[in-house]
Amino acid sequence: MNEPWMMLIVACTVFLIGLMGVIFRKNLLIVLMSVELMLNAVNLSFVTFSKLHNSLEGHISVLFVMTVAAAESAVGLGLVIALFRTLKTADSDQIQILRD
Amino acid sequence: MDWSFLAFVIFATIAILGSLMVILQKTPVSSAFSLVLVFFSFAGLYALLGAHFIAALQILVYTGAIMVLFVFVIMLLGQDEKTTDIKDTSLLFKGVTTLGAIGLLSVFLRAVMGSKEIVAKGQYSEEKIKELGGNLQAISEVLFKDYVFHFELVSFLILGAIVATVALAKRKNTYSGEYHE
Repeated sequence: MNEPWMMLIVACTVFLIGLMGVIFRKNLLIVLMSVELMLNAVNLSFVTFSKLHNSLEGHISVLFVMTVAAAESAVGLGLVIALFRTLKTADSDQIQILRD
Repeated sequence: MDWSFLAFVIFATIAILGSLMVILQKTPVSSAFSLVLVFFSFAGLYALLGAHFIAALQILVYTGAIMVLFVFVIMLLGQDEKTTDIKDTSLLFKGVTTLGAIGLLSVFLRAVMGSKEIVAKGQYSEEKIKELGGNLQAISEVLFKDYVFHFELVSFLILGAIVATVALAKRKNTYSGEYHE
């Protein structure tokens, strides 16, 4: 007996864990990984609600979210590499070029 | 005990513990491998929900493409030293974050509770999907009939991402200020 609310609880937990990672970690790579966690959690809730509504629009949204996630991680990691080449660090607290 | 429930418990436990490990590990490489665990267990959860196409896509796109990208960048940056880099934040920031987390949690609880009252109105019930010949057939019917314009728009997004990445990679180092150690 797989109840949909249990899937939603898993999605909420993983989303909140990802949010904590984005807020509290300094390493940019781990921040990007936490963003991927959040996107995955949202995908899971999309699929669950899609099953609840007997509709396939949620699956289509998941397809688009996956494309956006792939593009986002490609551009984000390119940014991290460019920052690392300039500042020699992947620490988000050390990036303060605009301040001085 | 029901087999699908057992599978759900296993996948859900791996997903939650793995995502905790992603944000608590000290080296980025171990975070990346915990993330692989999370992606695989999410694929299992999709398969349990009957979304077989999404499950296959999850393994192909996330574990195949995105994780290779992450591990490759970790290799390029040489980030193998241990970091205990939890941010030390001000009391005001902690208070605002706590309030925000409580608000988010109540929204989530509302969504979870409200999910019991949802009436299934769509036309793609399990029998209809079975009649059409499976999950993939049903999805492609919706995708290429109703959402074909959006599908084409996404290709522009990917083109933009390619151009942005190439522009970032070819850029010369132009910053000449002082660096903070």
